[in-house]
Amino acid sequence: MEIRVQAEPFDYGAECNAFAARAPGAGAVVSFCGIVRDASGQLARMEIEHYPGMTERALTKIAAEAGERWDLADVLILHRHGPLAPGETIMMVATAARHRAEAFAAAEFLMDYLKSRAPFWKKEITATGEAWVEAAERDESALKRW
Amino acid sequence: MTLTILYFAWLRERIGEPRETVQTGAGTVAELVEELRAKDDRYALAFSDLAAVRVALDQELSDFNAPLAGVREVAFFPPMTGG
Repeated sequence: MEIRVQAEPFDYGAECNAFAARAPGAGAVVSFCGIVRDASGQLARMEIEHYPGMTERALTKIAAEAGERWDLADVLILHRHGPLAPGETIMMVATAARHRAEAFAAAEFLMDYLKSRAPFWKKEITATGEAWVEAAERDESALKRW
Repeated sequence: MTLTILYFAWLRERIGEPRETVQTGAGTVAELVEELRAKDDRYALAFSDLAAVRVALDQELSDFNAPLAGVREVAFFPPMTGG
């Protein structure tokens, strides 16, 4: 299991390849990456605040819970904080398992929990102002399926 | 009891501080919130709608009814928006 919280950019392709290379017996690797979206066409930047200490604990707990539910060879969670430009990579998860069903399910589980149980907050800054991104009701209800 | 209180996102902005140390006799999170609300308008505004506030005790998610005995760090923040 690897958990990384960092301000620096990361190379999604390189991370995926390195992750797959260290899980040779797995047979299936699933990865997801989140990108700063500019839905309005006005976004200057996004700022991500987090709670150092609790963030790492929460992510470790979520990854450990995935490891209890599915037979996983490895899990990677990488999340950035600080200022990010539209189109930049915010975060990624990757899961490795013997078969794809487990890897897919575990990756979805990680994302559902990461969205509303890991202490990150997004703020959108445009030319005309700034606003904290509000949590979506669907994100909370998404947890019920697990 | 001495507590470190942390604020994040719009709670931090409304209160104007990322952290503070308080002396309190509050037995629960809800009692601590009442003490903070009485301090001044910034706190009253930040804690005006508790449905929009989450709390963590020593870096674990908790709730407003939780006891504070033995707790060292309390954090208040809005619902999380990671991913």
